Amino acid sequence: MPDTQAKQVVELGYGGNERLMMNMGPQHPSSHGVFRMILTLEGETVVGVDAVIGYLHRCHEKLGETLTYVQYPSIASKTDYVAAMTSELAYVSAVEKIARIDVPKRAQYLRVIAAELQRIASHCLWLGTWCLDMGGALGGGATVFLYAIREREMVLDRFEELTGARLLYGFHQVGGTRYDVPPGWDTKVRETVDFIEQRIDEYEAMLEHNTFFRVRTQGVGVISRELAQDVGVSGPLIRGSGVNYDVRRAEPYSSYGDFDFVVPVETEGDCYARYRVRMVEFRQSIRIIRQALDGLPAGPISSRPGVKSVGQVRVPKGEGYARVEGARGEVGCYIISDGSPKPYRMKWRGASFSNLAVLPHIVPGHKVADVVAIMGSVDPVFGEVDR
Amino acid sequence: MTLPPVARAALRAFIVLNAIILLVTYATLLERKFAARMQSRIGPYYVGRPHGWLQPIADALKLMLKEDVVPAAADRGVYNLAPVVFLVPCMLIFATIPFAPELGVADLNIGVLFFLAVSSLEIVGLFMGGWGSNNKYALLSAMRAVNQIISYDLPFVFAALVPVLLAGSLQMSAIVAAQQGLWFVFYPVIGQLAFVAYLVATLAAENRVPFDILEAESELVAGFRVEYSGMKFALIQLGEYAHMLGTSFLGALLFLGGWLGPGPAWLGPLWFLAKAVLVFLVVTWVRWSFVRIRVDQILAISWKLLLPATLVLLLATGFVVATRGAGGG
Repeated sequence: MPDTQAKQVVELGYGGNERLMMNMGPQHPSSHGVFRMILTLEGETVVGVDAVIGYLHRCHEKLGETLTYVQYPSIASKTDYVAAMTSELAYVSAVEKIARIDVPKRAQYLRVIAAELQRIASHCLWLGTWCLDMGGALGGGATVFLYAIREREMVLDRFEELTGARLLYGFHQVGGTRYDVPPGWDTKVRETVDFIEQRIDEYEAMLEHNTFFRVRTQGVGVISRELAQDVGVSGPLIRGSGVNYDVRRAEPYSSYGDFDFVVPVETEGDCYARYRVRMVEFRQSIRIIRQALDGLPAGPISSRPGVKSVGQVRVPKGEGYARVEGARGEVGCYIISDGSPKPYRMKWRGASFSNLAVLPHIVPGHKVADVVAIMGSVDPVFGEVDR
Repeated sequence: MTLPPVARAALRAFIVLNAIILLVTYATLLERKFAARMQSRIGPYYVGRPHGWLQPIADALKLMLKEDVVPAAADRGVYNLAPVVFLVPCMLIFATIPFAPELGVADLNIGVLFFLAVSSLEIVGLFMGGWGSNNKYALLSAMRAVNQIISYDLPFVFAALVPVLLAGSLQMSAIVAAQQGLWFVFYPVIGQLAFVAYLVATLAAENRVPFDILEAESELVAGFRVEYSGMKFALIQLGEYAHMLGTSFLGALLFLGGWLGPGPAWLGPLWFLAKAVLVFLVVTWVRWSFVRIRVDQILAISWKLLLPATLVLLLATGFVVATRGAGGG
């Protein structure tokens, strides 16, 4: 919302004449980073929300202009540190678009495997923290959190074997990937996804049969189809609101057209619908990983030689925008090149940033307890919001 | 040597108080180990091997050594008094619980009534803490607390009155004696329903998940005790666990036959303790497997479901007692 627009306040016919202003964040157990919401309360009911962001701003776009095309991919992962593979992929794809660099088939498949494993890891963390929001750090939610973290750990182990890093990988490079799979890795990945698939059944049994979980999520934080499209949310949020939109399907990149998968869509638009979308995405990601491992072609992993110097990649004058479907939605990277080894200008489209913009529209009218549930269902990562 | 009655009562109270504090300290360890098992963790381990049996002592020591911070804007008198006001009723509830025949502080003839009345008093300390802290989170939490306690005390009392009616006495030892033939939890239909209602109301009265809206870490950070630190925090924590343990003991006494059980008479207190721990573990089990529900949903559950249900149950019990006479079986 532009600054000039007045804060939306919902009139609920409250008899009293006092409203309570309450600061939620930037230091708050469920602010998922550093996010500040100034809530206007009438009793327990929220009537207005002012969202304040920027506490984690690190000048990422300016930083991108000072680093070369070889250097930045390993920094790109720091925008969305929970799904680091996504932003790396968006950045190198944009560079490849400008320079018209082809990516070998094997590298494309490896990128898909990395992206889908990353989606699983990211959704694990989302499930855990969201349940933590609703159950409290010591409450029932912590149980799901610890289970989910245990599964995420397995994916991180696979990433460690692949790249040597557990959080920020530097796996992608312009023209392909930096690392090939180590021997025996595909078997381990298969075991991991088999295991996680069983665990997802367990989560669903534990959560969906729990009446308390359902009353906390169903009908809470409804994003209508129109609102979702107006605000420009993406990812599980827009699919939870009945819009069948997925970048992997709408504009297939990195050989996504080769794989057979379903884009889950729910029509209710509430927290539960978003939960359902993500649970199906878990399974679809596993499906894609299996197909990619089965069909992994032989050949080089990069159309360019390995990194030797920081100024190695040169890109002609021009501009390019690449978008990928991250765990949280559409992540885009726009680069203007002036022919030097560094971009002239770089701009991120963070999925969390656009998704977060929906909060002031849906939160008013809910109780304080719902604020954190809605917030968790949006699944923002503040590294990506503030950049 | 015979002591005057007052001194004897004081001595008993002293022993019970210290035993309770020790029990409460170790109840936290039990809960942590139990929760750790549920979550495929190990839990406390290194302080006092094996299995961290010194951990509660270490925690207590740590809390004693912590700095006691008083917020600048707090209402100092209220703020400082609140933990004590909160703790005293939580400890007083043990006064009327006999741990075996003739083993307790005072076996009043209105024991159950005393327990129920005193255990509701904790709300005063709780509200004082929430108000005195001069913190919005604490204030919201205190408001929620008052809402919740008022809503859940009635079903709690009604559920606890079912065994009282069945036994025909408010005296704790008489209630146990009435279960000689049949524990009230096994009393056809009424017993089980009342026990479930008692457990649910207990969860709410103790502010445990899924009814822990006043603590609500993810929304209100720590609720009414957000500004407390050091020993004051420890007192609140102690009171909370003592209250929980007290209601577990009461549940074991009202429904599970108290100290009744096979074996010689001296095993009685151990049976009682085992049953109370069982109730405590059920409560813990619920705590670690549910999400917290919202304040309006909590009130709806109480007023629309639990209160009418317990009221009907109480009436039904009245009819049964009127037709068949009081006493187990």
